[in-house]
Amino acid sequence: MNNFSNDLLAAAPEVALAIGAMVLLMVGVFVGGSEERKGRVVLPMALALLLAVGFVVPRFDGAQSAFNGLFITDDFSRFAKVLILFSAAIMLFLGTDYLRRNNLLKFEYSVLIIFATLGMCMMVSANDLIALYMGLELQALSLYVIAAFRRDSTRSTEAGLKYFVLGALSSGLLLYGASLIYGYAGTTQFDRIAVAVSDTDAPLGLLFGLAFFIAGLAFKISAAPFHMWTPDVYEGAPTPVTAFFATAPKIAAGALFARAMIEPFNGIQADWQQILAFLAICSMFLGAFAGIGQTNIKRLMAYSSIGHMGFALVGLTAGGEQGVQAMLVYLSIYLVMNIGVFAFLLTVTRNGVQATQIVDFAGLAKTNPASAAAVAVLMFSLAGIPPLAGFFGKFFVFGAAVDAGLGWLAVAGVIASVISAYYYLRIVKLMYFDEPGEPLEIVGGIEHRIAWGVAALLMLFAVAPFEPFNGLGAPEAAAKAAEALLN
Amino acid sequence: MTAAEVLPVLAFYLFSGVAVTSGLMVVVARNPVRSVLWLILAFFSAAGLFVLLGAEFLAMLLLIVYVGAVMVLFLFVVMMLDVDFAELRQGMSEYLPLGATIGLVLLVQILFGVGAWFASESAPTLRVQPAPSDVQNTAALGNVLYDDYAYLFQASGLILLVAMIGAIVLTLREREGVKKQSIVGQMHRTREESIAVVDVKPGQGIN
Repeated sequence: MNNFSNDLLAAAPEVALAIGAMVLLMVGVFVGGSEERKGRVVLPMALALLLAVGFVVPRFDGAQSAFNGLFITDDFSRFAKVLILFSAAIMLFLGTDYLRRNNLLKFEYSVLIIFATLGMCMMVSANDLIALYMGLELQALSLYVIAAFRRDSTRSTEAGLKYFVLGALSSGLLLYGASLIYGYAGTTQFDRIAVAVSDTDAPLGLLFGLAFFIAGLAFKISAAPFHMWTPDVYEGAPTPVTAFFATAPKIAAGALFARAMIEPFNGIQADWQQILAFLAICSMFLGAFAGIGQTNIKRLMAYSSIGHMGFALVGLTAGGEQGVQAMLVYLSIYLVMNIGVFAFLLTVTRNGVQATQIVDFAGLAKTNPASAAAVAVLMFSLAGIPPLAGFFGKFFVFGAAVDAGLGWLAVAGVIASVISAYYYLRIVKLMYFDEPGEPLEIVGGIEHRIAWGVAALLMLFAVAPFEPFNGLGAPEAAAKAAEALLN
Repeated sequence: MTAAEVLPVLAFYLFSGVAVTSGLMVVVARNPVRSVLWLILAFFSAAGLFVLLGAEFLAMLLLIVYVGAVMVLFLFVVMMLDVDFAELRQGMSEYLPLGATIGLVLLVQILFGVGAWFASESAPTLRVQPAPSDVQNTAALGNVLYDDYAYLFQASGLILLVAMIGAIVLTLREREGVKKQSIVGQMHRTREESIAVVDVKPGQGIN
């Protein structure tokens, strides 16, 4: 029994989230009044829960595995969890206003966000194929539901359904691969798979399973050629949901991908490296080319996310401590940029309708210079223009790739990055040099301005007068996390 | 051979023969209700096979969960939906050759795959768990489910909870004009507010 309470203590953040979500569900059911009132009561509690857990997670120390090795908590999982919890809280908070305006503020939304966050925490802490799958499904199932949250809109319903069907397909691929890995390695636990793999040459069946496993994971991080669902889901889902999709789940899936590759299969890196390199190149170029023709900003952000996942995968492809660290730094910077961009997108309306077309932003610099400047900084950073943090993210991953002897991959990345700069810069050009149409209204509260302002400032000053890239300690934390994963 | 050796073998062939036959009948039976009944027989035979393997808990689970609950539900659905299964099955003879060919190709592929099989050398040692003779399989299942895999068991519970929340969020609608029973309201009604004595004049009625 003592053993079990130790396990529970190791998983305290997850336990708190699970119990909290159930309590909030009860609160929502028993609070009287309209749907909106219930939503307004539960949402601050959900926020408080996410933030509280987010502040508690970094207080833990050391590495510990629990529940018979199904669950592991170490610096790597804590790094990812902090990012996940805070970005989930920020996105929940920033989305409130939009939800209220569109009559979507139901209490189930907050509860499902917590369950999704719980699933993500379980993903990054999974030390076993089954535990990995359980976390993934908990997260995915919550996301399917909130994608279809605006149930009287066909687009939203379509987004939810499409996400669900393709998600089920990807889960099938993942499970097929996992079952083959189990069959050939004789265990589902990561550290024991690592032992089975390092003994001999990896059996063909295991590599076959590994390919399917990677395909399933690639679906979840929306890496090309498994990206098909992303643009439609991003476009159809309500904007706060899209904003959530673009932040926390990406971190979780990326961190999960890193652990699922490095921990069990580090011994056969050469075998998965080529698959990942292929995924990375496909994603970077697809994100760069397919984004060019987009007219809808949400679709554009979807292709942008596909491209950015490609860049993050370059870091993982390089492998080793440096590669994992580069990937984590890249994901953190990507997260901040996306929070900024979506904080902005959540608030711009025209005649009471959410502005989602890129041309809507024409002439924003004349009507609203401050927000235009912030968005311009974020766009420059997404494109990876030098003094901004986005550049240093790319610098890190390409540096890791070059050091790992994958110079050609870094060159391909630079080319893709230059191509993708076109559509980011087009938005800047539209804002600064085109004639404004009907003026845009910024309807959000002060919190949105703060969010995109801070994000833009972070992009500017994470670099400034310090070392080459100080990044507010993110690289050191990422280095610690990578070290925990590799050892 | 003694009777004790022959009986289990006979029982095995009996159960598996019935299972295969009834499985075939599920597919070919014209009447969907009969299909369901054949399926129940197939489950019973499979349960018999489980008992022969010494997995009495799984056998009971199969009967209680599948026959007792799932099949009864299935029967209801089949009867209520009134689907014309004969029509659905019309194309069968048309597609049979193609389907059989694809099945054959798949079989050959699997045989080739198995032919190329070789497992990691350490896999067999990792895989083999000694089966203790003094633990009943109900208790063993309980140990695995609630001790070894307690974490996963709880996680699956959460997943089901999310599925339930999702189904409710996406489909439940507050409808206007639905008359709901309010028990408290009913109990607090008094005679005065529910009954009125009306003096009805002969031949006029109440207007």
